[in-house]
Amino acid sequence: MPKPIIHDVTPVEAPQIQAGGRGPTPPQAPGGPDRDDWDRWPQGSRGPREKLRRYRLLVAAILVAIFFFFIAITSAYVIRQNTTVLDTRTNEMVNNWRPIHLPPVLWINTILLLVSSLTIELARRQMFREPQATQEWLGMGSPTRSRSLPWLGITLILGLGFLAGQVIAWRELNAQGVYLAANPSGAFFFILTGAHALHLIGGVCALLWAATVSVRRTRLEQRQIVVDVSAWYWHGMGALWAYIFAVLYWVR
Amino acid sequence: MTVATERSHFPGRLRRIFSTDHQVIGLQYFFLALAAGLIGMLLSLLMRIHIVWPDAHFPLIGALKPESYLGVMTIHATMMVFFVLSTVPQNGFGNILLPAQIGARAMAFPRINAAGFWLTCLSFLIMTASLFATGGAPSAGWTQYPPLSAIKDPGAGQGVGVDLWLISIGIFCLASTMGALNPIVTTLRARAEGMHLMRMPLTVWSWLVTAFMSLLAFSVLLAAAVLLFCDRNYGSSFFVPGLVMVNGHLLQHSGGSPLLWQHLFWFFGHPEVYLAILPGMGLTSHLLSTFSRRPVFGYAGMVYSTLAIGALGFVVWGHHMFVSGMNPFAGLAFSALTLVIAVPSSVKTFNWLATLWRGRILFTTPMLFSIGFVSLFITGGLTGPMLAQPQLDVYLHDTYFVVAHFHMIMGMAAVFGIFAATYFWFPKMFGKMMNEPLGKAHFWMSFLGAYATFVPMHFLGLAGHPRRYSQIAGSAQYLQPLLPLQRFITYAAIVLMAGQLLFLINLFWSIFYGCRSPQNPWKATTLEWEEFADDEKIIVHRGPYEFSPGEKDFLTQSEPEGERAGI
Amino acid sequence: MAFALLIAIWLLTLGTAYLFNHNWLPAAASTNAAVTDHQLWLNFAVVGSVFVLTQITLGIFVWRYRAKAHHPAEKPTNTTPAELFAMLAAAAIFIGLNVAGGRMLSGTEFLGHSPQAEPVRVEVTGVQFRWYFRYPGVDGRFGATNPALIDASLGNPLGIDSRDPAARDDRVTSTLVIPEGKDVELTLRAQDVIHSFFVPALRLKQDAVPGTEMHIHFSAQKPGTYEIACAELCGLGHYSMNARLMVMSAQEYRSYAQVAQK
Repeated sequence: MPKPIIHDVTPVEAPQIQAGGRGPTPPQAPGGPDRDDWDRWPQGSRGPREKLRRYRLLVAAILVAIFFFFIAITSAYVIRQNTTVLDTRTNEMVNNWRPIHLPPVLWINTILLLVSSLTIELARRQMFREPQATQEWLGMGSPTRSRSLPWLGITLILGLGFLAGQVIAWRELNAQGVYLAANPSGAFFFILTGAHALHLIGGVCALLWAATVSVRRTRLEQRQIVVDVSAWYWHGMGALWAYIFAVLYWVR
Repeated sequence: MTVATERSHFPGRLRRIFSTDHQVIGLQYFFLALAAGLIGMLLSLLMRIHIVWPDAHFPLIGALKPESYLGVMTIHATMMVFFVLSTVPQNGFGNILLPAQIGARAMAFPRINAAGFWLTCLSFLIMTASLFATGGAPSAGWTQYPPLSAIKDPGAGQGVGVDLWLISIGIFCLASTMGALNPIVTTLRARAEGMHLMRMPLTVWSWLVTAFMSLLAFSVLLAAAVLLFCDRNYGSSFFVPGLVMVNGHLLQHSGGSPLLWQHLFWFFGHPEVYLAILPGMGLTSHLLSTFSRRPVFGYAGMVYSTLAIGALGFVVWGHHMFVSGMNPFAGLAFSALTLVIAVPSSVKTFNWLATLWRGRILFTTPMLFSIGFVSLFITGGLTGPMLAQPQLDVYLHDTYFVVAHFHMIMGMAAVFGIFAATYFWFPKMFGKMMNEPLGKAHFWMSFLGAYATFVPMHFLGLAGHPRRYSQIAGSAQYLQPLLPLQRFITYAAIVLMAGQLLFLINLFWSIFYGCRSPQNPWKATTLEWEEFADDEKIIVHRGPYEFSPGEKDFLTQSEPEGERAGI
Repeated sequence: MAFALLIAIWLLTLGTAYLFNHNWLPAAASTNAAVTDHQLWLNFAVVGSVFVLTQITLGIFVWRYRAKAHHPAEKPTNTTPAELFAMLAAAAIFIGLNVAGGRMLSGTEFLGHSPQAEPVRVEVTGVQFRWYFRYPGVDGRFGATNPALIDASLGNPLGIDSRDPAARDDRVTSTLVIPEGKDVELTLRAQDVIHSFFVPALRLKQDAVPGTEMHIHFSAQKPGTYEIACAELCGLGHYSMNARLMVMSAQEYRSYAQVAQK
């Protein structure tokens, strides 16, 4: 995950941390070398960004698990594509894999999803802009909300567009005679795209949640977390689609 | 000492049941695993009796048919592997102790934690239900190799039962992934000040590595289960080959690969066995040190070997497939990688022995179980490198030798770890002490029973007795002379199970009538034995195993320099 | 307690080692089996010594360093050399075993059969819960099969397609008969689910997987009748899925084959 740009947003809490101090420097652990560089850490469940960091780690871990789910299926896909099966009628090992013609609408979908990754990143960054955050903290309106909400909305529309496009692609394949219950190539296609769509629907829910939280009068810190976490999840789904599409495109 | 930090939406009693408190969740996992373990144990009793007396009538269920035997066997394995070994060592004790041991008062995401448990519970209920499914319990073994598991109608134990099994395992995968998130985030982000990574107790290290392994392994199993479910119910052909004729039905599938399932399954399956044993290794190191009153020999070596075992666990799955039709060169590669795992495991064993060396060993019940763990780990572990050699595995694969191997190490050693942990942390769980004489009797029956039950199984395997045979009568001629040995194993298993009754009695008696425990009954050094006020800042000053530091017996992790060690 | 543990660990260890020393293996009927046995005994010797040594040590430590022996616990200092030694020793033992096993494997599986001599070809098909053996007949070719033709009651359990000329002289038996000393090539197939072709006397095991076929080579050295079992769970009759392997002397086999051909 690239280092996100975040600025300190709660100026009142910052001095408190300074005042709290870091405490005595702990002596070297006898059990082993000190590899932690403790002093660079914020303290305890300390500091306003600690919660945000935890949520980011959570999303990273969830994304790792999701990626492994798809890596498992795509590995099976690649292996299966190269496997021969026995045809007892001729006593020969044959490859019965029927390559599928990817519907062109998938290209449009890919572009939609990649653009939506850009828009959600804009929404995310709006939450952390220092001038607006300070303004909001001072009670002068809610500029972060008005700046990030439109981008969230655009992302939502793009995401729904992607899902609609996927449905069109499935219909097109059905018209070609490619079903889950037909050749393994089609079965893999439907499982991969279907499971991705399910995960993306999760992302859409996260966006709706982020929008709701933004509209309601929730504390800035919490809104930041929700938008940030949804954005990273959305990026993950975009990267995941890029990976799946690349596999489907190159390994047919 | 811990506070549930999140509000619960449930009122009154329900709030207690659907608690987000990590200690409550840990205890819930503990009792869930206890129930699953009891079911699994009773099923194994049925199996042991049926193998040697196939006509025996059981109360309530009557005589067991071969297909019921296979169903019982499948559920026995599933209960033990998933609902005992994959829950209580990491999620059970992890929840009860991990936050306290790193000075984090609570798990980072209590609701995800609770949701993980309740999903596990749901999965357990579905799995139990599958035992009574119409058309028989799932009977393709816990490995569920297709096409046997993928064929829907013909044959007993291939109907709804398998679908329930797959749904249950799918939910379990989700639950385990959720259960793995908290140890990772809490350990990496919420340690107390001064609790460097290299000052964490070895239990925490093993929970951390186990959590990472769960994250990766269960995702893969979920993928495999989804694909198999589609094959069974939606006519896809991932694993079912074309032109398959079963019971006079020609299946309409268009050519999948059964070996694909084996690759996916064992990519999960092998890390799974390590994530069952790693927590046991961690707490054995912890307990051996505590009761030898001597620091762990080679703390860093223990940490690195845990990491090495965790990483290597993902690249050895092929050793389960030497006779499945694998390229012999791939077989040699998997064999070499597997034998490499023996190296960190040997380092661990060496360090355990070296921890005992020149210690002052106190023979409490948890210590006895830890010593038993080491002994069983050696006995069960050393047959691993033998099975990892393709030439030997060709003969020993799918025989009782394998059954003996994994019951010794993953069955008995891991369960000894669970028992050691229960006796040791019982004061943390219920505020009482467990009964020591009963505990010792339990140890002796378990230790002798484990050897008497599982060592002879090696000999069955050497004589070529395949596993998963429901009976000897009516089987191959060369197996008939092995009947007396099988009978002996059944008697030994009954003794072993009787020993577990002592544990049950001790557990429930101690919960209600046990002596109140002092704050730090074992004179341990780690943070979970100390009381901190809610607003008190926890500062850690040293590593976790400071025993015999000069004139004092031990120094706790949070005790500032220059003060006397308190009890 | 310490003494009881010492005695228990020692007795269990020595008892286990003693019982392992008993010859549990079925009599070996091929050179390949003898090689496997050799590797097995090498393992017993090496791994067994490690087993006995570590357990005996565990017993001694538990007894010698009991708290009642009244000596202070010592803090370990500089553990790295000892750990490195343990690591290298373990690596040497286990990797050595792997190399020995790997060399043996390449000696049997890759080069064991002589490609010059024409092997005796037999196709083995696993069906719930039986083994069928098909001989190609004089033309040396197996005929085509068609699952739609499978009907055991009509005497065609494998669905052999009689329209295929190569299938005309194919012969299906329920006992595997092979000549002594000759190279045998088995083609393993499964009709329904995965089975595993297991001949304990030959230390031979290979899964038969539906949708693909597996080839194994072996030669049996001792005439006699041996048992074939199924080693992969294949359903409720798994335990009863067995067949016979008859190894005949070359002469006997010739007359058997002649009779069977008519």
